Amino acid sequence: MAYKERLDGRKDNELRPMEAKIKVIPNAAGSASFKIGKTWAIAAVYGPREVFPRFLADPKKGLLRCHYSMMPFSGSGERIRPGSSRRAQEIAMVMTKALEPVVDLSEFPNSVVDVFVELPQTDAGTRCAAISAASMALADAGIPMTDMVSAVAVGMADDKIIADLTYKEEHIHEFNEDSKGAPVSDIPIAMIHSTKELSLLQMDGEISKEDLLKALEMGKEAIEKVYQVQVKALKEIYTEA
Amino acid sequence: MITNLKTIKELAGKDKRLDSRALNEYRQPIEIETEISWTAEGSAKVKLGETVVMAGVKLSIEKPYNDTPDEGGIMINAELVPMSSSEYEPGPPGMKAIELARVIDRGIREAKAIDMKALCLTPGEKAWFVTVDIISINDAGNLFDTAGLAVLAALINAKFPVVNKETGAIDYKQKTNKSLPLTKEPVSVTVYKINGKLLVDPTLDEEKAYEARLTVASDKDDTLSAMQKGGNGTFTIEEVAKIIDLALEKAKELRKYLK
Repeated sequence: MAYKERLDGRKDNELRPMEAKIKVIPNAAGSASFKIGKTWAIAAVYGPREVFPRFLADPKKGLLRCHYSMMPFSGSGERIRPGSSRRAQEIAMVMTKALEPVVDLSEFPNSVVDVFVELPQTDAGTRCAAISAASMALADAGIPMTDMVSAVAVGMADDKIIADLTYKEEHIHEFNEDSKGAPVSDIPIAMIHSTKELSLLQMDGEISKEDLLKALEMGKEAIEKVYQVQVKALKEIYTEA
Repeated sequence: MITNLKTIKELAGKDKRLDSRALNEYRQPIEIETEISWTAEGSAKVKLGETVVMAGVKLSIEKPYNDTPDEGGIMINAELVPMSSSEYEPGPPGMKAIELARVIDRGIREAKAIDMKALCLTPGEKAWFVTVDIISINDAGNLFDTAGLAVLAALINAKFPVVNKETGAIDYKQKTNKSLPLTKEPVSVTVYKINGKLLVDPTLDEEKAYEARLTVASDKDDTLSAMQKGGNGTFTIEEVAKIIDLALEKAKELRKYLK
């Protein structure tokens, strides 16, 4: 069992090509498009605005609420039924938690800032692309933030620690001849740029503690590249004073 | 946004519009981009001024309906997602989304734009079913015509996926060179009546001020394939004749952007 060359020829710590742009949805207060390989997330921010349902309103601070939705034709298999699913709701929740530490809504009591993410096409790493897009859209909307959040998945395919897994790498036993029955682990992480703290951390699969820590170190380096792409896109519109 | 509907109506009465367009003028730019989603069998993004819509085609093999055992099927669905406007909320499609999907559905289905019999694989057992999903990205008015173009472009662009000969399963990751059996390419044009005047391609504000609208789908040879009247107002037969002339003229103009 061995996964030698990556299926798409990348280096172990290399991310797929990224493309980022802000102000893609004129109706929104802020918006961003973030592509990494064949995964594409579009995020739009609305608010601060009145909260519905009303009982969710917090008189001390505004509420951050993320929504995640894969377009029905964005899965690599059959059509996905539109509408919310348990998976989409959980991802929306972890997205909110990943962004909350940098978003300061103390000046907007009783209001909500909604972040809507739609994915037109996907090839793994969707929650990370969604968070990276959402962070840019929040910045574009001028929502008070203490930092940027960037996200990427790391993990282990067979015996190799890699960054930014594709669908095929998440199913390495199907797509790599030498990896029959090999373990895979997928670890999406989000990091707050200046403090290097993790605000999203999930893991599924099989991995040892040593390899996990190596993967997280690789993630820390990889996330810096995501951050640079995010900041470049923001600076294309907003120049430093 | 605060909209003075009275102003829009008064201007229309004088053949004028807030954005200084002519009544029969579409916004610019008009852009059609295809193959925007590798996971869809066909896909397109259409931009009409600031309005942006995506459409994606997914194909599946299903059992034909009992009353049409030798035909495949088509379903068009629209999602007016909250990302595209502060007026849309999460949840199941509302009346606006349902009407949009149904009108475009009719423009394709009743026009027999897809040869349903050519979609049949084994009569009574297996046929291709076509599902097109419309997603609003930015609603700045005239979703009808924008979505109509997006659906048509996605259908033209669609390629059948590879089917495993032994198992009969679809391999969605591989596409063949075979396109959908399209027999026609109907283009929809929606004409709005504001203060008795007829105009096309309304902005969001104009959409709030209209009395009645008529969507007319027509093919290259000017054959009409579907119509839908909307709004609280009414049309005279003379107005309908004028609307059809205008719709046919504008359909020709929009069709140029398809290739």
